[in-house]
Amino acid sequence: MIIQAFNGVSLGSILLLIALGLAITFGLMKVINMAHGELIMIGAYTTYVVQVIFAQYLPATMFDMYYFLAIPIAFVVAALIGMLIEFTVIRHLYGRPLDSLLATFGVGLILQQTARSIFGAPNVGVQSPGFLRGGLEVMGVTLPYIRLFIIGLVVVSFLLLAWFLYKTRNGRKIRAVMQNREMAQCLGVSSRKVDLITFAIGSGFAGIAGAALTLIGPIGPTIGTYYIVDAFMVVVVGGVGMLIGTVAGALGIGIFNTVFEYWTNASMGKVLVFALIILFLQWRPSGMFSLQSRSLD
Amino acid sequence: MQTISARLLERKWLFLALIIILLILPFFISDFRTNLLGRYIAFAILVIGLDLLWGYTGVLSLGHGIFFGLGAYIMAMHLSMESMTGAVPDFMTWNGITELPWFWAIFSNAISAIIGAIMVPMIIASILSFFIFRNRIRDVYFTILTQALVLVTTTLIVSQQSFTGGTNGITGFSTIFGYSLSSPATQKGLYYISVGSLIVVFLICSILVNSRFGKTLIAIRDGENRLRFSGYDTSMFKVLIFSLSAGIAGLAGMLFVMQVGIISPTMIGIIPSIEMILWVAIGGRGTLIGPVIGAILTNSAKTFFSESYPDFWLYFLGLVFVIIVIFLPGGLMSLVDKVKRRGGKHEKKRKEGTERKETNHSAVG
Repeated sequence: MIIQAFNGVSLGSILLLIALGLAITFGLMKVINMAHGELIMIGAYTTYVVQVIFAQYLPATMFDMYYFLAIPIAFVVAALIGMLIEFTVIRHLYGRPLDSLLATFGVGLILQQTARSIFGAPNVGVQSPGFLRGGLEVMGVTLPYIRLFIIGLVVVSFLLLAWFLYKTRNGRKIRAVMQNREMAQCLGVSSRKVDLITFAIGSGFAGIAGAALTLIGPIGPTIGTYYIVDAFMVVVVGGVGMLIGTVAGALGIGIFNTVFEYWTNASMGKVLVFALIILFLQWRPSGMFSLQSRSLD
Repeated sequence: MQTISARLLERKWLFLALIIILLILPFFISDFRTNLLGRYIAFAILVIGLDLLWGYTGVLSLGHGIFFGLGAYIMAMHLSMESMTGAVPDFMTWNGITELPWFWAIFSNAISAIIGAIMVPMIIASILSFFIFRNRIRDVYFTILTQALVLVTTTLIVSQQSFTGGTNGITGFSTIFGYSLSSPATQKGLYYISVGSLIVVFLICSILVNSRFGKTLIAIRDGENRLRFSGYDTSMFKVLIFSLSAGIAGLAGMLFVMQVGIISPTMIGIIPSIEMILWVAIGGRGTLIGPVIGAILTNSAKTFFSESYPDFWLYFLGLVFVIIVIFLPGGLMSLVDKVKRRGGKHEKKRKEGTERKETNHSAVG
């Protein structure tokens, strides 16, 4: 029972980490970024590169520290590439979500193929730092440190993001532009700059998610596509425009997925979760939490 | 009014020219190439349905690989039952199954297989879309849900290996309705059946989009709320058109599997489903003839590139996605229109064209 609940929360935390970036780009900017999975992949490969550099140039005693450096670097690299994507492609597609979906899918294909030609098609393994090996004994069950670390990472990322969006000046600007673009522009907010920064932050969180995924298993050029559909479902179920909805959606899908898989098997579990989501949307078409608005879109 | 009918006429001529080319081409190219072309025609049938849905109604589905796949799998089940020597197809024997499951047995009859390949996708599509559209779930969410459907279905097919052949799919057919599948004559016959189906589907759909019903579809795309306020039940229209296009996809899948001889989950997964959308976008959404040309051209290019530069193809595909969406939202057909405008005598039409484009964008958003 404990182990089921823990697995559910653990899967939910991974989904949440991936969906946090989407909650920004999709939830706030209404851009369906299909290249989000590839930004995750970039974060994962960045971690891999940092690890290789540490293993080669620094003494073995410092090796374990690589991971703490890898997370911010993954964030920065993914954010920079996100900026590039925003500047070249997405800038032309605001207000056309379905078109943004197709264009970013194309970007994703290019990024995937680039990764394949740099790192090769086979998966590469990242050695997780030594202090994350083993697990914590709680009431007779072992909770792996890696999973606990990811849950911690998610909590920290979420709090940072929430603080940024709701407590800082730039966060306020972002919310202003997303809620009423024209009015924000009239009040002197440079909406172009805000778009660029918002998208970069969303991409940066994808990078962190990628760094976290290296702890779970080997990474390859298509690692992102494996999680991306689930992450979109999280945002749809949770509701658009509210961070708290994303948390609820991720934990909900994570826990139900684990429970259903425990009752049946992996694939039937997925089918049941999908059916449940459709049923849930009958009851709340706009997700668990959504901004109330009288506007007709 | 006259300019619209003039343009329609031109499109009809374009379609006629295409059909004539497709009819005489087999006399000039090898049997192998004819068979390839036959597959592309199956795709061309599929994109007509997609164009009804996306180009005319403004609903983007990333799940048509599944409806295509359902048609293909049902026909593949029939063909492998026709070809099997024992009580069950070989792969079932390997998985320790000795008796045909009921959902195989009902398709052992050729007619029930053909009807099933078209009706099963329609039924599934109408149930799913009814529950989604009923609550006015917005188009973006619908698109994401269709993509999830693809993921779920392919996972299910892979996991139910003993009934579906798993990742390997279903293959190893020898005869179709009593004719040998390996003989060139049968293949050529299938090719012409595909061309015939393309003509029928195209004609039905172009009558449809030029009728009152078609105007309603366009109105849904351009201003669904206004239409709803005028008393139309737009959800039912969307359900209807979604299941119609799913049925067309099933027909296409059936023709595809007859000519290719194999169907597997990778052929109907997320990437192929999005590629189908690309064919529509390349040809020009909302034109019917554009997507048909787009499907045939893109697939020919794909075959050419993957024969010569396999690595290059994904870069190319990705770039085409970006370029078409940003610079050429009207696809190849808008190029045709542009060339015509250079002639300078269609001043009126130009105004009409730009207007249409603008409403198009606002509708998508």
